[in-house]
Amino acid sequence: MSERLLDIKKLSVTFGGLHALRDLDFHVDEGEIVGVIGPNGAGKTTFFNMISGMVTPTSGDILFEGESLIGLDPNQVTQRGIARTFQNVRLFANMTILENVMVSQHCRTKQGVWGALFNTPGFRREEREIREHAEKVLGFFGSRLVGYRLEQPASVLSYANRRRLEIARAMATKPRLILLDEPVAGMNPKESAELTDLIGKLRSEWGFTIVMIEHDMNVVRDVSDRVVCLDHGETLAQGSFEEVSTNPEVIEAYLGRPLEKQS
Amino acid sequence: MSDITADVAMTELADGLSEATEVVKGAFEIDRSKAVRFGGLLALALVFISLVGMPVGMDGRQILYWINPDVYVNHPDGQGLSLGYVALFLWPLLLGWAVGSEVVLEGMAATKRGAHDLVTGLVVGVIGGLGVSVLTMLLAWDREINPENGVPAYGMRDPLVNWNEDLYILLTFNRGWTFALWAWPLLAGLLAMFGAGLRLMSDPIRKAIVAALLAIVAVSIFQFLVDDLLGGLGETIADPGRLSNFFGDDPDAGRPNVDSVFDGLLDFVYAKTGGLRLQGVIFVGVVAAGLSLLGSYVTRGRVKAARQAYLDRPVAERTTSSAIGMVVIALALIILPFFTGKIVNELLANVGIFLLLALGLNIVVGLAGILDLGYVAFFAVGGYTTAVLTSAGRGESWPSWVPLFVTDDGEAVVGGWIIALVLVMIFAALTGLLIGAPVIRMRGDYLAIVTLGFGEIIRLLFLSDWLKGYFGGAQGITNIEGADFGFLGTVTGVNPRSVFYLVLFFSAIAIYVSWRLERSRLGRAWMAIREDESVAEAMGINTVNMKLMAFVVGAVLASFSGAIFSAKVGSIFPTSFLILVSIIILVVVIVGGMGNIMGVIAGSLVLIGVLGGPKQPGLLQEFSEYKLLIYGALLIWMMLKRPEGLVPNARRSRELHQEEFLQDAWLKGEVDTGDDEGEEGDAVATEVAPA
Ligand SMILES: Nc1ncnc2c1ncn2[C@@H]1O[C@H](COP(=O)(O)OP(=O)(O)OP(=O)(O)O)[C@@H](O)[C@H]1O
Ligand SMILES: [Mg+2]
Repeated sequence: MSERLLDIKKLSVTFGGLHALRDLDFHVDEGEIVGVIGPNGAGKTTFFNMISGMVTPTSGDILFEGESLIGLDPNQVTQRGIARTFQNVRLFANMTILENVMVSQHCRTKQGVWGALFNTPGFRREEREIREHAEKVLGFFGSRLVGYRLEQPASVLSYANRRRLEIARAMATKPRLILLDEPVAGMNPKESAELTDLIGKLRSEWGFTIVMIEHDMNVVRDVSDRVVCLDHGETLAQGSFEEVSTNPEVIEAYLGRPLEKQS
Repeated sequence: MSDITADVAMTELADGLSEATEVVKGAFEIDRSKAVRFGGLLALALVFISLVGMPVGMDGRQILYWINPDVYVNHPDGQGLSLGYVALFLWPLLLGWAVGSEVVLEGMAATKRGAHDLVTGLVVGVIGGLGVSVLTMLLAWDREINPENGVPAYGMRDPLVNWNEDLYILLTFNRGWTFALWAWPLLAGLLAMFGAGLRLMSDPIRKAIVAALLAIVAVSIFQFLVDDLLGGLGETIADPGRLSNFFGDDPDAGRPNVDSVFDGLLDFVYAKTGGLRLQGVIFVGVVAAGLSLLGSYVTRGRVKAARQAYLDRPVAERTTSSAIGMVVIALALIILPFFTGKIVNELLANVGIFLLLALGLNIVVGLAGILDLGYVAFFAVGGYTTAVLTSAGRGESWPSWVPLFVTDDGEAVVGGWIIALVLVMIFAALTGLLIGAPVIRMRGDYLAIVTLGFGEIIRLLFLSDWLKGYFGGAQGITNIEGADFGFLGTVTGVNPRSVFYLVLFFSAIAIYVSWRLERSRLGRAWMAIREDESVAEAMGINTVNMKLMAFVVGAVLASFSGAIFSAKVGSIFPTSFLILVSIIILVVVIVGGMGNIMGVIAGSLVLIGVLGGPKQPGLLQEFSEYKLLIYGALLIWMMLKRPEGLVPNARRSRELHQEEFLQDAWLKGEVDTGDDEGEEGDAVATEVAPA
């Protein structure tokens, strides 16, 4: 049996009176790609926010590699090996593309004031490594983010490329688990097909485990080993894409209650 | 035939006439509401400046003094032009120019410039001048001459401090209010018209005129600086032997007095009592205009092209050449104090102390984006720690194991200051941690307010009776010894040149530190925190630690400045560390250009050097009373017009002008429009082909 990388137990959070998540049980095994679906406001992003430490759960536990993440700051969670992207792309818009990826290796590097001031060999080596790794990560997306683009501010990028850069930034933190929040939102079919491919490669070539929130069912079907459907903060269904997508409750959550049942 | 010619002539004449009437008509087609608005603004500005007391306060300083240069008259009856009048005349010029500005949108033709611009300027000026006329009328109406001694009294003197005879004389040109009634609208109107007229001139001509005007005012205002510099340089040229005392305190020690070779020139340009002579005005104006024209016609676009070429070079090469530039500037700065007198050296030393502070704050605010309003606290910690360690006059309560680097006969211990400095550094870092740790978790406005509070707390601690035995309360600590560096000399306030060198050395360190840190892993982390703190944290940056680090580095640099300050002044009091100091340093950083070392240097030179520090006089001593007013006005103006500062940091101006930047990038075709080039297109083609 493969190792249980992420194990979430009875996770709940309330905002005011609103149960954004209720008693959620969820797990991810090493090397899996798990799709998370659900209608708008289901609590998917909140779920990610909780794993990454940006929102503190009201109750429940999150175990990563067997250790609890509860109470850790977001940077500590990243340090442990969980990286994420944001649904509403949040790049460092005025930093260059290269810098965006370099800065996210922060928690994997350690040179401080001393090294910087005296330009020590260790400092120079680390800078070189950071840069090489950054270029390698950016190279994963073909020619789009490299070459002359390296020195351009992130704000000039097209929407699709900003999404790619977000993924690159997450990859650069050298994580074990990547949380992708709607990675293909706003992309045209061709672009999303290509990104679906890349998501597959993230696992096969880079060895990342992936949890992905996505509304585009083609993408979810093509790439996920397993799918979880959330609605109103609760798990409606779990299983293979076929199982979940044919589950009547899931269909109901997406399409609404059939008329005859309502009466 | 002659008929025909006559006809043609007639039609031509008629055409000409109708054209002329068109022009005349056009001249009066002005944007009335705009003209009235600017006129009102001008009137307000003039009245405000008069009531604040600026014109009278600065009336003693002559700018032009050509008629009777050897007699000093406070109100010169048209004998020249004082700085006080310049403070008034400046505004019609500026607003006349400003009223003609317009936003030209892409793809829209700019409106044609013409006579209507002049008329608009005239209207603005006349309205503004009328404001002053009304003010003089009110003054005249309130002016009651005491029949017994003939001294005029003013009823409204009570709330308005500057409502007095001096203002009356100045505003009426000492010719009675009826004269002022028509003179002001006329004068202001002409000035504003001239300002507006600048827009009608061709670029080189306008530049030449502006250069001449600025040069005349600058040469006159900075008379004291020019005197000092040319005097020193001229003496050295006349007697190069002077430099043999290069490392002594005074280059002239033991040498006969020599006249500067520039004395003739200085006497030609300046009147004895200050201000330019007529020949000086012409000379300076012609030289400046000539140089400007030369610049426009001879070099043309070459300077710009060279600059662009420089910017287009790869970053690595640019770093080398800017390093060379730095070295050249440093050498120039090292030599400079030998050509300047004591007062200018004193000024440079003050600029240096504030530059050091500003460089430190620039790391905190400019790089890490922490708005620290209590920065003066670390300056104070540096100053007091040094004082405690190097003054025999420190409080009695100190236990004997706290070192005192003063010999028994009250001399500074050689190298004592350096050891003290190490302790200062440690203390400043600890204070930084102590204040920073609770504060740094806050963001934005909250953080600013809390740091403001902590800054005051530190000052109040030094002031308190509770710690009086240690820090002397309001009496402060006196008898602080200078920094004795053995054979290198002693740095004390008596010798401002030595202070300048010390401060230069530490500024160089601060510049190096900021420069290295900005280009390191820490600099990138700070940048990310500035952009979006929560995302930075999610990307694995320990924001608290990183911010704390910036805070501590800034604290240490400020404490250096404090240490130099106390060695220079020789005594320190809590009043040297008011909030005002924090604010002024912040203004220096903002006006200069946040996040940019050159900007910070420019800011300190312009603000501290020219206007003066919180207590230190600048070059323009006449302005010192209005220093804060000018600081405030400058800050507001900068925030509105050029928030990125005098010498902006490229990245920061991008942050501030995100939209314009993107627009420009788009026009240049640099924006990524999303349609993928090359490979993608081919992929589509092959996909389509089989179908
Ligand atoms: N910080 C917060 N404070 C209050 N309510 C919140 C907060 N964050 C999320 N919510 C609420 O929690 C619910 C779940 O939001 P969430 O963003 O997780 O939905 P989602 O499943 O990601 O939806 P979408 O598909 O639109 O992205 C919503 O009703 C939202 O308004
Ligand atoms: Mg969401």
